[in-house]
Amino acid sequence: MQPSKQPPSAAKSRRSKWWLEPAIALGIAIAFAVIMPLFLPVFRLRLLGRFVALAIAALGIDLIWGYTGLLSLGHGIFFALGGYAFAMHLNLQLPEGQIPNFFSLYGVDELPWIWQPFYSLPITLISIVLIPAIVAGLLGYLVFRNRIKGVYFSILTQAALLVFFNFFNGQQELINGTNGLSTNRYEIFGVASGAPEAQLAFFQLSTVMVALVYLLCRWLTQGRFGRMLVAIRDDEVRARFAGYDPTGFKILVFAVSGAIAGIAGALFTVQTGLITPGFMEVPFSIEMVIWVAVGGRASLIGAIIGTLLVRSAQTFLSEWSPEAWLFFQGALFLIVVTVLPQGLYGWFRDWAIPKLRSRFGLQPRLVSYPDIDLNPDVQQEKDELEHLDG
Amino acid sequence: MIELAVGIFNGIGIGSVLLIAALGLAIVFGLMGVINLAHGELMMLGAYATFVVQNVFRDLDAGDGVFGLYIIVALPVAFLVSAIAGLILERGVIRFLYGRPLETLLATWGVSLILRQLVRSVNWLLTIAILLFCALFFGGMWLLRRRPNWEGMKGWAIAILLPLSLAIAGVAGWAMTGNAALARPWFGPRNLDVRTPPWLRGGFELGAYRLPYSRMFIIVLTILCLVGIYWFFNRSDWGLRIRSVTQNRNMSACLGIPTGTVDALTFALGSGLAGIAGCAITLLGSVGPNVGQNYIVDTFMVVVVGGVGNIFGAIIAALTIGVSTYLLGSGALARVFEDINSLQFVAEFLRFFTSTSMARVMVFALIIAFLQVKPSGIFPQKGRTAEL
Repeated sequence: MQPSKQPPSAAKSRRSKWWLEPAIALGIAIAFAVIMPLFLPVFRLRLLGRFVALAIAALGIDLIWGYTGLLSLGHGIFFALGGYAFAMHLNLQLPEGQIPNFFSLYGVDELPWIWQPFYSLPITLISIVLIPAIVAGLLGYLVFRNRIKGVYFSILTQAALLVFFNFFNGQQELINGTNGLSTNRYEIFGVASGAPEAQLAFFQLSTVMVALVYLLCRWLTQGRFGRMLVAIRDDEVRARFAGYDPTGFKILVFAVSGAIAGIAGALFTVQTGLITPGFMEVPFSIEMVIWVAVGGRASLIGAIIGTLLVRSAQTFLSEWSPEAWLFFQGALFLIVVTVLPQGLYGWFRDWAIPKLRSRFGLQPRLVSYPDIDLNPDVQQEKDELEHLDG
Repeated sequence: MIELAVGIFNGIGIGSVLLIAALGLAIVFGLMGVINLAHGELMMLGAYATFVVQNVFRDLDAGDGVFGLYIIVALPVAFLVSAIAGLILERGVIRFLYGRPLETLLATWGVSLILRQLVRSVNWLLTIAILLFCALFFGGMWLLRRRPNWEGMKGWAIAILLPLSLAIAGVAGWAMTGNAALARPWFGPRNLDVRTPPWLRGGFELGAYRLPYSRMFIIVLTILCLVGIYWFFNRSDWGLRIRSVTQNRNMSACLGIPTGTVDALTFALGSGLAGIAGCAITLLGSVGPNVGQNYIVDTFMVVVVGGVGNIFGAIIAALTIGVSTYLLGSGALARVFEDINSLQFVAEFLRFFTSTSMARVMVFALIIAFLQVKPSGIFPQKGRTAEL
């Protein structure tokens, strides 16, 4: 933990204005959602909307990797589950008695029972969050209960990803197998979901959701719960010996992270117009990790910035030459891991900004204190103790 | 019953491919704690090396059957190519990441992306550009290293040399783009077919079934590899050093074992085994840039189930996974239960998993169930850590 840098009074006043940060985050998001459509052509806006949806998934990855130190290579599962849930709901927006077209290809006459609940919008919205959370929680329970961790966890999540991919790929009669479900033609609230006005609404919804999920993650990573996550990341054994149960925390945070990925998947699906088992392929899930790594681990804002940057770079480079992008992506993995372990945000925070400040003759911020009594944290603690005594 | 036996034989064939692939991974993971996601791509390099050797032999062949011998040459060539690639990977990247397994995972994934794209687009142009870059950058560094104030100027030297040599190599490559002969890709993105040598085609007839010779060859190859590994680890000096570093790195270093060299050697050995695995899989199917990806997760499961760094565990795990995947996927097991009236529901249940992809679902479920009983594999490493 870095020592908090505010003097005690500032820390206190910030606590009393707890609504300030949510207000700012939501304000920025709404401003972004309103201003961007004025500048960008429809095509670019749809692209940006997808990136924003992916940034939500990146926040989930940051929560579990950046803060808890568990590298999940299987987030594509939860992403795709959320996407499938929403796509199934859209596919059922048909006149009474009809079932989606593709079923006739495989000679299915009756709607499979798995599809039935998705007629209703509330159940769909709940299951977008709940199904990935339950799957993640179950997988987490089976893995963490045995204290399987580190690289083993990564490999097992990757294997689980492969299993889900195979399952969804193989079930032609149930969910159209390899072809996946398309959503563009189907209606939501009486508007075709591929129509520009619906897409604009989805873009704005994604932007607001990013802000909300960001706030959720902020809230989770602050305070005791957040410190527990960092403790598990830095030394799980000590956390256990200190009397905490890391397993429960890990399962919970994995489930939350899965739910976030589910939301991202649903928003991404409606903006792409298609969900296929391809989202459960290994490269996509590992790519999610690199967005967080580029932006900066354990800094939620870094996850958002990283996703937008990497995805934009991918769009521009692939339009120029697809080969260049793959080389660039590989190099990105290597560079981030070897040269920029804290990501861009960490680089700015730890190196560029202090450097700039000293360039302009400003005092560099104190990171350590000459005397323990001058440390704001210690002072604050003293104040509180005296307050209690008095 | 004979169907079951044939199924087991085929399963052992699959398992032995998994085993050669997983051997290298298990050795590297056991010694260095490094998960190498580029292992599949090292297999791919071995497969492409086999393809090249095969082409050379096809050109040499004057109708006297020399072509059939290419596989004998291809094995050591594939081993060497992958081992050298692994050595470069270890010295260039992984060396800096010891003790950070998750970062190593990401870095090797980056390497695997680069390697996959490299075989798709490699041509003389790219080769010349890369060689030019290496000559300029590493040559420049080598020249500057002799200066007395090297440590002080190292950062600046890299900052100037790297973009400069990149720019020169890029411009040189761009200037030569017009030359069609240089710009033609060597392999291209398509899958290429390696022709099986004539003496490995066909199979051993067994009633209505056939045991292909190529699978037998792979099984024999696996056994040879195992014997070789066993000899190397138990009878050679470097094998002894590798084992001692695996058991206690610090103590070995204190006793004068060059742990850095041991790491590099082990990594090269593991990569070389991947190359042999790549050579073996050319007998089963075509060679493509994504060939390694098909095996990578399965080989990891072998390592996880077998227990880290334990070769005997890897053998059992690979054979079990191979046999159960094949028996479930081909439906042989379901048919066994069909004959027994009282067990119809078992047959029904197993029939649901009769396809390669559904068999993988089932096997993964079994693996997860197994790990609930033995979380650190069949043969866990014994130690005195507080957490086990």
